[in-house]
Amino acid sequence: MMQLTTGERQLGAIVLIALAILGIAMAAAGRTDVLGIHGAMVLLYSLALLFLLFSSAFGPEPSPARLTRYYDDPIKVGVGLTLFWAIFGMFIGVWAAAQLAWPILNFDTSWASFGRIRPAHTSGVIFGFGGNALITTSFHVVQRTSRARLADQFSPWFVLFGFNLFCLIAVSGYFLGVTQSKEYAEAEWYADIWLVIVWVTYFVLYVRTLALRKEPHIYVANWYYMAFIIVVAILHIVNNLAVPLSFAHAKSYTIWAGVQDSMVQWWYGHNAVAFFLTAGFLAMLYYYLPKRAERPIFSYRLSILSFWGITFFYMWAGSHHLHYTALPHWVQNLGMTFSVMLLVPSWASAGNALLTLNGAWHKVRDDATLRFIMMAAFFYGLSTFEGSFLAIRPVNSLSHYTDWTVGHVHAGALGWVAMITFGSLYTLVPAIWKRERMYSAALVEVHFWLALVGTLIYVFAMWNSGIIQGLMWRTYSPDNTLVYSFLDTLLAMYPYYIARAFGGLLFLIGAIVAAYNIWMTVRAPSAAQLPLDEDLPASDRPLDGAAPTPAE
Amino acid sequence: MDVNEVDPVSGRKTTGHIWNGIKELDTPIPRGVLLFLIATHVFAVLWWVLLPTWPLGRTYTKGVLGIDQKTTVEASLRDSAALRLPWVKLIESRSYDEIRADERLMAFVRTNGHQLFGDNCAACHGRDGKGRENYPDLTDDDWIWGGTPEAITQTLTVGVNSRHPESRMGQMPAFGRDEMLDRQQVVDVATYVASLSDPSASTPDNIAQIDRGREVFQSTCVPCHGEDARGNPELGAPNLTDDRWIYGGSLERIIATIHGGREGHMPTWDERLTPTQIKVLALYVNDLGKGRP
Repeated sequence: MMQLTTGERQLGAIVLIALAILGIAMAAAGRTDVLGIHGAMVLLYSLALLFLLFSSAFGPEPSPARLTRYYDDPIKVGVGLTLFWAIFGMFIGVWAAAQLAWPILNFDTSWASFGRIRPAHTSGVIFGFGGNALITTSFHVVQRTSRARLADQFSPWFVLFGFNLFCLIAVSGYFLGVTQSKEYAEAEWYADIWLVIVWVTYFVLYVRTLALRKEPHIYVANWYYMAFIIVVAILHIVNNLAVPLSFAHAKSYTIWAGVQDSMVQWWYGHNAVAFFLTAGFLAMLYYYLPKRAERPIFSYRLSILSFWGITFFYMWAGSHHLHYTALPHWVQNLGMTFSVMLLVPSWASAGNALLTLNGAWHKVRDDATLRFIMMAAFFYGLSTFEGSFLAIRPVNSLSHYTDWTVGHVHAGALGWVAMITFGSLYTLVPAIWKRERMYSAALVEVHFWLALVGTLIYVFAMWNSGIIQGLMWRTYSPDNTLVYSFLDTLLAMYPYYIARAFGGLLFLIGAIVAAYNIWMTVRAPSAAQLPLDEDLPASDRPLDGAAPTPAE
Repeated sequence: MDVNEVDPVSGRKTTGHIWNGIKELDTPIPRGVLLFLIATHVFAVLWWVLLPTWPLGRTYTKGVLGIDQKTTVEASLRDSAALRLPWVKLIESRSYDEIRADERLMAFVRTNGHQLFGDNCAACHGRDGKGRENYPDLTDDDWIWGGTPEAITQTLTVGVNSRHPESRMGQMPAFGRDEMLDRQQVVDVATYVASLSDPSASTPDNIAQIDRGREVFQSTCVPCHGEDARGNPELGAPNLTDDRWIYGGSLERIIATIHGGREGHMPTWDERLTPTQIKVLALYVNDLGKGRP
């Protein structure tokens, strides 16, 4: 069913058996430590996959004809995983938001306390939802824009299932109280090592597939996917350098000390936003936008300017997360100026996307999928402007530590990352399953409005709340003493926390509608004989642009 | 390659590449973008010239303005203290009574005290100072360790059963658990104590029991709570004749208190707050109960 050859099935079995043994070893060494529980989970996970593999292990060799087609099976599984993590991560997010308004919702348990479910939310949506969406779409985009099949059939599965094992270990660990106390890098050392193995495999697979390309040039989307893969590897390795308490314990201690630890963490944290949540999703934008709008990209030159601007400037900007701290003043200023210089390359991407829609605005009106993509580009422009603005030290002195930051992040996460992902999924799903269209255009429309209204309620609530909070913290009486206690500011936040939870709930409902719609699309009978030859890596098609352009 | 292909909508040429149907236009970078790009870079360069930014081996460029966040924050702390100084001086130099008689000074106490109370005391005593089960109400006239500003200052400074060497020490022994009183005596004395503040606790049926309880009280509780059961702020022994209870005033709760004893805790604040802040808080807390019965 996965088109695996006998050799690939054997390789898969060997890897899974090795993983199962590793799980047993972790369980034996860790015993009652969380490491032991995670060992048991690794064992069960590999046994489940082994069962799946063996259920088709003794089937006949796949037909060689498969090699003339794109390899889409991992993409189909990836779509399912993306939607699973979307609903899971957003549900935990709504729960965490509700806890801030009604603290009783932690039910007086340790596992559901805010400090544990909050990283479960962030990792669930960033890595679970975002990561799976990136891996899935990258497999789709790299094949189509290279006119080459994925370089082999084993590594895509290893990357996909390996990455989800990482997410599972990370998120379950938070509930059990495991954390490195590094934001967006909470997972402990053994999960981190595993992610490195998965990520290197991903990189090698991607480069090998690009090397097989039958187009003379590498398309912009692939530059971004490559930047995402390479930089995330660098960030992940450097920030997670740590010494475990022992090989039998989940706990580790970072090798970085003091303010250098903070700087490394925020160099990581900010570039996780840059290369995980921006570069990868810009890759999606660059493929699914022109596909859906059936328009050429507005300017190749702008693409170059924004790509190199983003990859170069972002790297320096992390220190703006540490304004007015023990970090030396000059590091803060340097980060701030690079954040300001980052604005134009960021806006160049957003502008390039919106101007690509020239000649297709009537489609934006009629097609909710394209509207998702358009709105994503708009929110991308909005949140990158806000990001550069908040990075300016005096502005940051008001916004830092307030809900404004939370609002900013969610303008990016909901408005940009999630919307571009849903726009891409609605384009990708019918293409991969060879359906003429989504099961219900009306449900896409419903999802669009749920997502947009939910995002706006969320972001406006947090802007208000954050600015009020920041102003209250710095309100002095004429006698130059603080007017408000921290408690007073919390009471002022209360209505906004309720509004935020409601906005998040709308967004979550939208994601559930999307999952239903996609499920019904997959279940629908295959459309009457779509012309398959338009979606082939066929090497006999002429390479030069004079060839008849396949219309979508 | 058909480089000359022209997009009919924009009139621009494409770059000639096609990726699965996707083309790109060769539109030059708009002038506005370039100008904006230059503007942000000019801003950055100016910032570099004016302020500390670039590392130079073991040092860094200081910037022509000579600004450093450390000196800036020190200066702003100095300025801030200087602005407060007139009021702080008055608070420090005046007696409690003088301050209480001065409406302007009390306005300062109420603003500053509100913030200090919210950030330090409200977690236990509540935002409004009304306390809750196990934490005394600070807005009434019933004081365990005394309600004068002087007494409150002392309580804030040394705490109650805290690690401060001069901490106020107060303990209600566990008369029942430690077998100083038997079961019946505990119930009797609890009934008596309940009847002190609650007339309905005394009925024709339990007169004998209350009498027995009074005897137990006289022999056991008087040293701390006094003959009249009105307590003793020197020892932290609460008044038992009013209807204000820290640990609950129902018969069951009184029995629990006499059986298991009580030992409240209040931290010492002399390391976290300055003497002036403690004085302000003491006046603020004293003021909370002003005008109440």
